[in-house]
Parts: sequence; structure tokens; C-alpha cells
Amino acid sequence: MEHKEHFEVAILVENESGALSRVSGMFTRRGFNIHSLTVGETEDPVFSRMTISAEGDETTRRQIVKQLAKLYNVKEIKVMERDTSVKRELALIKLKNSPDTRSDILSAVDIYRSKIIDLSPNTLCVEITGETTKIDAFIEIVKPYGILEMCRTGVVALERGCHYLRQDNGNTEDSREGE
Amino acid sequence: MLLSGADIVIETLIEQGTKTVFGYPGGQVINLYDALYKREDRIHHVLTAHEQGACHAADGYARATGDVGVVIATSGPGATNLVTGIATAYLDSTPLVAITGNVPNALIGRDSFQEVDITGVTLPVTKHNFFVKDYTKLADTIREAFRIAKSGRPGPVLVDIPKDVQIQMQEYEPGPVVQKEEQRAVKLRKIDAAAQMIAESVSPYIYIGGGVITADASEEVLALADKIDAPIGSTLMGLSAIDNDNERFLGMVGMHGHYPASVGQDEADLIIAVGARFSDRATGDVGKYARGARVIHLDIDRAEIDKNITADLGIGGDLKEALQALIEAVEPARHPAWNARLDALRAIGEEQLEATLDPAELTPHALIWETARHTEADTPVVTDVGQHQMWTAQYYPFHRRRTFITSGGLGTMGFGLGAAIGAAAATGKKTVLFTGDGSFGMNLNELATAVTQNTPVVIIVLNNNVLGMVRQWQNLFFDKHYSQTTLNRQTDFVKLAEAFGAKGFRIMNRKELAPVMAEAFAQEGPVVVDVAIDPDAFVLPMLPPGGSFDDIITEVQ
Repeated sequence: MEHKEHFEVAILVENESGALSRVSGMFTRRGFNIHSLTVGETEDPVFSRMTISAEGDETTRRQIVKQLAKLYNVKEIKVMERDTSVKRELALIKLKNSPDTRSDILSAVDIYRSKIIDLSPNTLCVEITGETTKIDAFIEIVKPYGILEMCRTGVVALERGCHYLRQDNGNTEDSREGE
Repeated sequence: MLLSGADIVIETLIEQGTKTVFGYPGGQVINLYDALYKREDRIHHVLTAHEQGACHAADGYARATGDVGVVIATSGPGATNLVTGIATAYLDSTPLVAITGNVPNALIGRDSFQEVDITGVTLPVTKHNFFVKDYTKLADTIREAFRIAKSGRPGPVLVDIPKDVQIQMQEYEPGPVVQKEEQRAVKLRKIDAAAQMIAESVSPYIYIGGGVITADASEEVLALADKIDAPIGSTLMGLSAIDNDNERFLGMVGMHGHYPASVGQDEADLIIAVGARFSDRATGDVGKYARGARVIHLDIDRAEIDKNITADLGIGGDLKEALQALIEAVEPARHPAWNARLDALRAIGEEQLEATLDPAELTPHALIWETARHTEADTPVVTDVGQHQMWTAQYYPFHRRRTFITSGGLGTMGFGLGAAIGAAAATGKKTVLFTGDGSFGMNLNELATAVTQNTPVVIIVLNNNVLGMVRQWQNLFFDKHYSQTTLNRQTDFVKLAEAFGAKGFRIMNRKELAPVMAEAFAQEGPVVVDVAIDPDAFVLPMLPPGGSFDDIITEVQ
């Protein structure tokens, strides 16, 4: 069994009704797990860009890419490799605000370069941006102070440098060779 | 010219080469049927008894010819009745365009009468589907549906058209027949790698699937087999791609495969899979499958490579093109030891087959052989699903591609009669349907259609009064607990045939077999032949579910 890990796949899909169901439906039908999925407009109104964070070994990863490639509305696909792409996630976290813990929370907010975006007598809301691991770590730190609710956007990713999703689609390659 | 949306739909079907459509009218397709009415001289419509039958008929039409099958149904229940048919086509990669009407755009989403979100329902069982909200896109959407259905690995496409779009008048310009999408070229370095693996092999084995039929690559498979001296085994879906009389052909692999084909595959050191997808019914336990073999997997659908089993080399692209390149690249080879071993396996297989041909008994084998005496090389042979299907696959001698029409992937009982009507409509040939009393009972309402159409179909019901395949499993793996598989029905299939306006015959024993079969085949229109089969006749050999070739069952006491 190969090692399972998180990975992100970026896809350009035609902006048509049902495109999101087709993509998410493929994951359900084939038994792949989605960790997070984000979707938003691009500079070209014809396309939306989705970033899907999933988990699995190398075989699963290749299957996901190839099955996505078969969907009619999906025009480009690329795995966002760890070393060659930037990834960010944003989280909003509402914490209990009490005089005993406030200074500890503020110092954690400071250390993690996050910010307070709402404050009430009993609550405060933190906005934090970063890689998933950073957000996970921050959540662990503030958990003891009392998380009232939170929401995360899921990962968005772009490749570094002069690589664009529309440049090539060499990801639907056949299997490994010559083993 | 200015036409209504409904007129444009039918004009576009005609423009795309459709000669026959199957369907059933209803409230939200009245306009489509009016458009058909005005064009009766240019397009033939077959009215079925049920939308499911229409969908299987369109599927059978497509399988028999390779052309896109077309089915029309109304909204709501009409559309949902298509679902099993669409899923059947999807699992067996048949090119199909299903057209459904829907309530007008203004009523969508209000749970209107006979409204159902059919694009949502069919999402996982279509290659793609469309809801035509914008009337200006109607003709192009239908064309795109045809293009998707027949390109690459074919499949069903559904187009849902709300009623207001069917009524709307707009300009229509006839277009050309859409062409299949170009495939990316096969990578030559992969062909070279494959040739190298073939050169290193002493016991190569070519394993073909339905993709060979779709790609029209039978000749290339044979040429490769001859050049590298390899035998050919087939999946259920690949049957009829290779003439069964060809000396290279070992038969079918898998759960009920022929002995030499299954064991030969297990003993090969190289499996060259061509347009096959390593279904669980073909491989058994994948952990034990092809343990000693390397696998080269050629498929037009790159997602099939490494899906069910990990290939040592995957080659994506058009099979015909890939095989032609491979035939060029390989060195001629001879494998005398391997062939001697295969001959020994063939001899065992022959013995097993002969044992099922008792001259005094009305065995399934005898029945299928007798039927084959009345058919021609290009006779479409259709089946339902169950024991009779496996017996047909095992015993019927196929000679020409596209003559075996069966529901392989989905295993749809009730597929056969509709599909036979479609195959007969497409080919104009006398068609044979092998069915069981269980499967026939599911959609025998289409006998009405066969009578109306005067379809030349000989329906052979292997009647054992039980659901034989499940009974076989219950016998072998459930201590003979025959739970709900003994039918005990009192249906008289001869009278039933007559009630529908067809002819009915009955065969109770071996003596009656030859004369009654001859009489049945001498009839013009639809004929039902009710044949008494032993409820304890088994489909053998059998690879137990999840088992491997080590566990093959060849005899049951």
C-alpha cells in the first residue's frame, strides 16, 4: 500500500449549471474523498476554477485526474505539486472573549500573523490566512479558549512562476512505464 | 428556414443520419411527435410498450450497427423509465442519445405535473447530459450530443428539452453529420516499449474486450496474434469480435469463461489487454489475477488504465491505430511449448463441452447448437441476463462482429426483448433472442411491439421455472436455501404469445427439439419458443465470486 497524503488538484470548468454537481458527483460515485473544494470565477467569464483537496495514494491521485479529464465541462486539470505551487486557505474563527484569556489570544493572533476582525463584549473573531497546516496549528492553540464557531474556505492554489493552468494538460498520461 | 423547436429536433436527428427512433409519446413531447408525424416518410418511429423497452431497443440498434441509437420519452415517469436503459448503455459503452421533454421553463422547479430533474437523475449514468434552457442552442446541443455519444469511448447522452423550447419558432440551418473527436496520437515510445515486452515473452496472451468491436479492430488483433504467435481470449463484451472458428481463439474468460481461455490467461507471462476493462466478473480476485504475468493495457479511455488492475505498461489512444503501430514494431515470434500447452488446455475444454451435449437430453448446450443450425453468420443474437446468457456466450458459435448483443456491465434482466427489436430494426435480419423465464417476465410487454412491427425475432425462452443463476449460487454457497428463486408460475408462454398476436411453440424433450425449432424458424414475424430446461442445470465452469483460477469449479455432483 502506497502512502496516503493530501494533494490539491486545480481544474478549469466551463461555467455551466450542473458543472459543480458533475465534479463532486464523480468523487462520490468513484468513492474518492474530498477534503475541501473551492470554486470561483476566473478572469475569463467562460471558466470557473476549482481547487479540490483530496486524499489518497499515487494510484488514487492518477485516477482522480483521469476521471476528471473525462468530464465534458472540465477543460484543464493540474495537480498542484507541493514544491512548485503556492497554497492558501482562509479561516474565520469566533472565540470566547473573556478578560482572563484575551491577552493570550491576542499574542497567538500576533504570532500567527492573523487579525481580529470583530470584537464584542463576549466574542472575538479572528481571520487567519495561510497554508492548511498553519491554520490547523492555530486552531489547536486557540481551542482551549473556546471556539464558538468557525469556517474555512478550503485550499486555493496557484503554481509558482510562469506556469498557468491553461498552458498544457499533460496530466492525463498513461500509466507508469517499464516497471 | 423558420421552424419550431420540435421540428428542429427531428430535422437535426435526420441530419445526423438517424433513420429509426424508438419512443413513447406523452404530454411534454406532443410537439416532438407532431414534428415526427410530419416527417414519417423521412424517419421511422417504433412505438414500444414501455419507455424502458424503447431505450433497450435504441441500445440494441446501436450495438448491432455502431450507429447512434435514439430514444424519445416524455417528462417525469417517461424519463425515469429510461434510466435502467441508459445505465445499461453506459456500462457497455453504447452510443445513445436520449431525448426527453420537460415542463416549460416557467414551471421548472415547482414540482409541476410530471416534472422530474432527469439531468440530475441521470448524471452518474450518462457520458454527459444537457438541459436546453436557451432555445437558440437547441440544434447545436443535439449535434453535440451525437458527437459526445460516438466519440472516444462511446456512451449515452441525454438531452432534456422543456416544452416552451419545443414550441419556440427559430431559424434552422441544416448541418453536416458531426465527426468523432480526434484522439491524441498513440505514443510511439510506448509502442516500442510494448514491442520489447512482447519480445521478452514466451507465453503471450491477447485479451480482448468490447473496445475491439467499437474500434473495428478485429483484423488488427488477428494480425498481431499471428505475428507474435499468441492466443486470443475474450471478455463477454468482446465476443463476436473474433470468429470463434479461428484457431487462435480460446473463448471467453472470467467467472463462466471457457476453460482454456481462463487457465491460459492465468498461465501466460504477458497479457496484452485490448479494449477490456478488467471487470471483477472477468478477473475474479484481482490480488491473484495474472500473478505471473506482465500486463500491457491498450484502451481509448485512459482512465481505464490502472483503474482495476495496475498495468506494467498503459497505452492510451485509438485501438486500431495502436495495434497497427504495434504490429509494425514487433518481431515475428514462435512459441511451440506455449502452443502445446494451449492445445492440452483446449482438449480439456473440448471434453467439458462434449459432456454437456448428451444426445438424449434437452440440455442448454443442445438447444443452443440446434438454434445455431438455423442462423447465419450475420444473425444478431441477443440475450437477457442469467444462466441462458452465459450458456449462449459459452456455446453459440459467433462469426461476425456485432452479432452478440448482451447486457454485460449492468447485467440488466429485461434487456433482451427490447434490444432484439432494435437489432432487428437496424439490420433487417431475422434475430434470435435467448432469454429465461425470469428475464422474459420482466419486459415481455414488448411482445406487443414485436407483433405491431412484425419483427422477425425468434424468442427462445429457456424455461426452468426458477431464477437459475441465483439458484445456482444458492446451491453452491447458501446450503441450497432456494429463497424466492422458485417461480412456480403458471404462465403458458404459448398461449401468451398467441394472446399478443405472435406464434408460440413448445419444446419439452430432445426429440421435439429439431422439428419444432425448424418450424419456429420458418415463421415470418415474432415467435416464442418455450423450452423446458432442467432447473438444476449449472453454468460451468465457474470461478466463485472473489475467487481465482485455483478455485475454478468444473463439476458439480
